[in-house]
Amino acid sequence: MTQIGFFPGCSLKGTSSEYAQSIFTLSKMVGINLVEIEDWNCCGASTVHNINNKLSVTLPARILTLAKQQKLTEIVAPCAACYNRLCIAQHQLKINKFLRNQLFETFQICIDNNISILNIIQYIEKYIFEKIKEKIIYFFKYPVVCYYGCLLVRPHKILNFDRLEDPQSMDNLMKKIGALPIDWAYKTECCGGGFSVSRTDIVVKLCGEIIKDAINKGAEAIIVACPMCQSNLDTRRSCINNYLHKKTNIPVIYITQAIGLAIGIKKKDLGFKKLFVKPTFI
Amino acid sequence: MVDKKNILRVKVSNSIGINVDKCYQCGKCSAGCPVSGNMDFTSSVMMRMIQIGEEIIDKQILRSQTIWVCISCGICLSRCPMEIDIPEIIDYLRQCSLEKKMQNKKSERNIIPFHYSFLNSIKYTGRIYEIGVAVEYKLRTFNFFQDLSLAFYMFIKGKLPLFPNIIKNRKHLSFFFKKYKK
Repeated sequence: MTQIGFFPGCSLKGTSSEYAQSIFTLSKMVGINLVEIEDWNCCGASTVHNINNKLSVTLPARILTLAKQQKLTEIVAPCAACYNRLCIAQHQLKINKFLRNQLFETFQICIDNNISILNIIQYIEKYIFEKIKEKIIYFFKYPVVCYYGCLLVRPHKILNFDRLEDPQSMDNLMKKIGALPIDWAYKTECCGGGFSVSRTDIVVKLCGEIIKDAINKGAEAIIVACPMCQSNLDTRRSCINNYLHKKTNIPVIYITQAIGLAIGIKKKDLGFKKLFVKPTFI
Repeated sequence: MVDKKNILRVKVSNSIGINVDKCYQCGKCSAGCPVSGNMDFTSSVMMRMIQIGEEIIDKQILRSQTIWVCISCGICLSRCPMEIDIPEIIDYLRQCSLEKKMQNKKSERNIIPFHYSFLNSIKYTGRIYEIGVAVEYKLRTFNFFQDLSLAFYMFIKGKLPLFPNIIKNRKHLSFFFKKYKK
């Protein structure tokens, strides 16, 4: 059994537990053992860098230090915000010698630059897809739009993942399970991220535009890879409907859930119950 | 004569090493910005204001809503032909504004208290404890009825853990906070 480090992040432990559930189910099917980094802390996500720059590097650096101590060479960070913060911290410590020394002297934080941090799409491409290719039994034959959000692709210089304005990796994966990904304008637009509670009006407006375009293009589902995007588009739906002045019922599904369905995993094991907007067509 | 060291364009250059003079006002950052409509002036205007380098204008920036409603989505940086890291500049300006106690009055009622509630959750439990963040946010903003029904449904669906997920080595973490306390 292959062992890979796993950094769930706070959302996967609570507000997006269905995402975690679908990842574990998929990994189990292909015989990968995801080892959770022990005693991990919150990476600070979309908030800490706003008010304390140094802390926003130190928090993810602690996680990477723990990963190094636990001898993990590769970690999966399914949450796009966590993936983003971990990569940025790794990059900052790589280029900033002063900060690196300071963190080592004061907090004994010492990270390994060679630890590779994978987002969920990279993880699926690298470890999962090859092994489930033959197992695809129910083709996911629906027109879908793939929504990447900001944190998977930006800042491009640091993350270096896919194309900046028109990423394709998720679309390609969806094609392989039989879906019909539609080209649309809001692939990497922002959903409002961490403003869900503090400025709901902004989140509702941004998500409203995303959902409007998805529906106009004829999509039946929005496929996501970020718990923040999912919860903004899904749990805020009643407000979004008010904003759009119409009732929308396009579901927002994690990519792991869609792939899971295609290889015949039961809905129950993929956490479909926890979605607010029910995918009735499946 | 004003001490030139204190103006933002010098401080930005000295602290985070970004030369604001590279901006030639093409406006692509503002055009792509998803929240430019909620700002009191857009990011390209802000860049011009920093370039001018007058203390009065600097204060206007630090007191503005612009720096707080920025979601740090990074579109501005990705489209900037001069590759100016505007999100990093804004991060720095927010911290300047907090240091000088010049926070925007509107953002002080929602965005800033949320950031502090979030930070406190990490400080005390090591991870995000959603209910704790929500309660602290409500106490800070007196906005007691917001999102109650949503929280109820999330709880029913098992998306809102009742108890915090506390990490073992909290000492290590609280040491960070002690060191970085401004």
